[in-house]
Amino acid sequence: MKTPRFLSSALGVMLLGLSIGYAQEVNLYSARKEALIKPLLDEFSNTTGIRVNLVTGKADALLKRLETEGANTPADLLITVDAGRLHRAKVAALLQPANSDLLQESVPAIYRDPDNHWFGLSLRARPIMYAIGKLDPSTLTSYDELADPRWKGKICVRSSGNIYNQSLVASMIVAIGEQRTEQWARALVENLARPPKGGDRDQIRAAAAGQCVIAIANTYYLARMATSKKDQREREAAMKIGIIWPDQNGRGAHINVSGAGVTKFAKHKDNALKLLEYLVSDKAQRYYADSNYEYPVKAGMEPSDTLKQWGKFKGDAINLSLLGKYNGAAVKLMDRAGWR
Amino acid sequence: MAAVSALLAMPILVVLSFVFQPAGDVWRHLLATVLTDYITNSLLLMVGVGVGTLLLGVGSAWLTTQYQFPGRDTLIWALLLPLSMPAYITAYTYTGMLDYASPLQYQLRAWFAWSYGDYWFPDIRSLPGAMAVLSFVLYPYVYLLSRAAFLEQSVSVTDASRLLGCTAWQSFRRVGLPMARPAIIAGLSLALMETLADYGTVQYFGVDTFTTGIFRTWFGLGDSAAAAQLSSVLLSFIFLLIVLERWSRKRARYHHVGIRSQPLNVQRLGGWRATAAICACALPLVLGFVLPTGQLLWWAYRTADQMIDAEFYLLIRNSITLAAGAAILAVMIALLIAYGKRLSPNKVVISAARVSGMGYAIPGTVIAVGVMLSLGWLDNSIDSWLRNQFDVSTGLFFSGTLFALVFAYMVRFLAVSLQTVESGLAKIKESMDDAARSLGYRPKEVLRRVHIPIMRGSLLTAGLIVFVDILKELPATLILRPFNFNTLAVRAFELASDERLADSAIPSIAIVLVGLLPVILLSRAIAHSRATTYVDHTNGNV
Repeated sequence: MKTPRFLSSALGVMLLGLSIGYAQEVNLYSARKEALIKPLLDEFSNTTGIRVNLVTGKADALLKRLETEGANTPADLLITVDAGRLHRAKVAALLQPANSDLLQESVPAIYRDPDNHWFGLSLRARPIMYAIGKLDPSTLTSYDELADPRWKGKICVRSSGNIYNQSLVASMIVAIGEQRTEQWARALVENLARPPKGGDRDQIRAAAAGQCVIAIANTYYLARMATSKKDQREREAAMKIGIIWPDQNGRGAHINVSGAGVTKFAKHKDNALKLLEYLVSDKAQRYYADSNYEYPVKAGMEPSDTLKQWGKFKGDAINLSLLGKYNGAAVKLMDRAGWR
Repeated sequence: MAAVSALLAMPILVVLSFVFQPAGDVWRHLLATVLTDYITNSLLLMVGVGVGTLLLGVGSAWLTTQYQFPGRDTLIWALLLPLSMPAYITAYTYTGMLDYASPLQYQLRAWFAWSYGDYWFPDIRSLPGAMAVLSFVLYPYVYLLSRAAFLEQSVSVTDASRLLGCTAWQSFRRVGLPMARPAIIAGLSLALMETLADYGTVQYFGVDTFTTGIFRTWFGLGDSAAAAQLSSVLLSFIFLLIVLERWSRKRARYHHVGIRSQPLNVQRLGGWRATAAICACALPLVLGFVLPTGQLLWWAYRTADQMIDAEFYLLIRNSITLAAGAAILAVMIALLIAYGKRLSPNKVVISAARVSGMGYAIPGTVIAVGVMLSLGWLDNSIDSWLRNQFDVSTGLFFSGTLFALVFAYMVRFLAVSLQTVESGLAKIKESMDDAARSLGYRPKEVLRRVHIPIMRGSLLTAGLIVFVDILKELPATLILRPFNFNTLAVRAFELASDERLADSAIPSIAIVLVGLLPVILLSRAIAHSRATTYVDHTNGNV
């Protein structure tokens, strides 16, 4: 029937695709959304002449794709938006060390893999947010205190399926042990204003609208709401929210990174390294800070003005690989605690 | 042909093969904590969506076939429009409209000086909310198939029932409904399979179902064996649905023997009855299409200048060519399998077709992983064989190409085309095959010159549904697509998952608009189907 003809023409197209090779290119699997990285990649191509081929997707799926493709994978560089997945990629032997003095200098040791399998590119903080006027910020100073019964029915947080919550809980397991973290999680669930649903912005909006007093969310979501050009209601909601930097006398606020690593079977390793170095350059770091309101990873780089108004803070300095290591334990713990 | 079925069954079998791996203590953990919730929520969701789609779908189908009222001709096709809405996008729009932080609730609070807890308002992001949203989006499957069945029903039977003293309601309940049951159940099973496979809506609404559980186990706990075992439990749900559906279809053979001798007597409604009928039929349309599209348009109006750029048209082109190509292929394969079964119904072919037909209810991500594993293995085997034999390396041949993506679409959506094509083929009497063969046609010619012309309507329906489904498909497209290749669904999802709902409105609207055309074609086909089947029938009897 007609199938063989279709197959042969499909094969023909693929062969054609294979034969058109670019002398200078680098293939990228990115869990960072296209809209948030394409401008950087275009800039990189313009300055270096290296073409960047991009597939975006969810980190877990991209990892699975790398894994099944094995030694023949076309991917040279993997970008994720959390350290846990990078660690998982390293453990699954999907990455290789990237040896570059520039990277070593630019990225502080706590934000990269000890064996140089991956490097942080930007920082995201997950502090406590509160509805201004409904809570005295001096009365709430740590994540631990969120378990206090006085916040019953006052806290909004998204579901435990979200990687940022999984990483936060993993960091607590590292800090105070699994048993105490589980007690904390149970008490937190008791304090929730509503069953977890929606994303981080939804928690912030709910706090602004009065459904809860406290929300746990990443700062860039609040910053994007505060600077929303089109939506006045978003800006108004963001105005009603203040930030508490937790555990400033202890371990510090929870920090995660978006980061990248060179794949184990990279065919364009040099180009991948160049791209990686470009992503920690001042120019790229400025882009992360000003366009997406993340904290630059590079020492000495200032965050955007929006973020500056929330002040400087002390970040949790644990080795971020541990977030990946304790991810499974964190998920199970949240299941047991009834954190949906 | 057996090879095609086997190939399409492969990804599902690959995933199932994990079942035999030991899953560690994850099962104990799941049993002790969340598994009961997963099962309860999934079952409740299916019941809710089942009831919802039946009420919306069968009700409107019956009213539009049996009665004439103002606006009916428009409603007949407009009722299909929600087919073009991806469920997760409808979920976003309803959240935007009804959530606590929505303008509506803001206004209410401002007017009545309420604050949180002072008043009751339905929570859209909940299990009932998910039931409602999925019903709004999925009822067209039930409407489509039950309307076709009502149209095919012999008028004399309905007339006879009225002459024998049945009221309109009794004639519907005792004659119309039972006779259309196989078609209704076929539509219902499509809707329920979509419900089981849904990830976007339930995840956004915070409802833990079997499907969200599979993801959590696979990726959060990193246990692929346990996740595959969960998938196989899901498959047994689906198997039950399929058995139910086949069983009811088998009985259908005895129903459709009557030959229609006169056009349907459509009863004209007036006064309050007409108003009631209009309201009843407009309700699903408003809930499933008008309101969500209105919200999308409002968002799109504010973001259009930023979101429409040169690349946007490329996205539209990619979406259309991909969906159209894959839909045509899906119809051809379905025809191949269905006809093969008709010619030589042997067990291998039938069971391979059945397994590959189960893909519809499996979450796209699970299928995508199955496809990745199958093709990755194939590619790497070819590569190492060539390396050993000829010392050349091909690299990856299929993985990461459009072929992989189209392959995944076939696995996922073959059920839809197969079901439609099979039921179309089943309506053609075997004696016609015999007649054609005795006139000297070979089987291929019989298919081309006899079957295909007769079942043109079924083929068109199959192709159009698959087209719209692929247009909306997200998880497999996201994982399997080649470098630098985006579609409208990918763009909409990326923006929405970045919590930029308003920005995602433009690509979402584009999906709806592109999907609209085939949906309108489809409804045209149904509207004319009465005339065409009538003609077919006469031809068939010449």
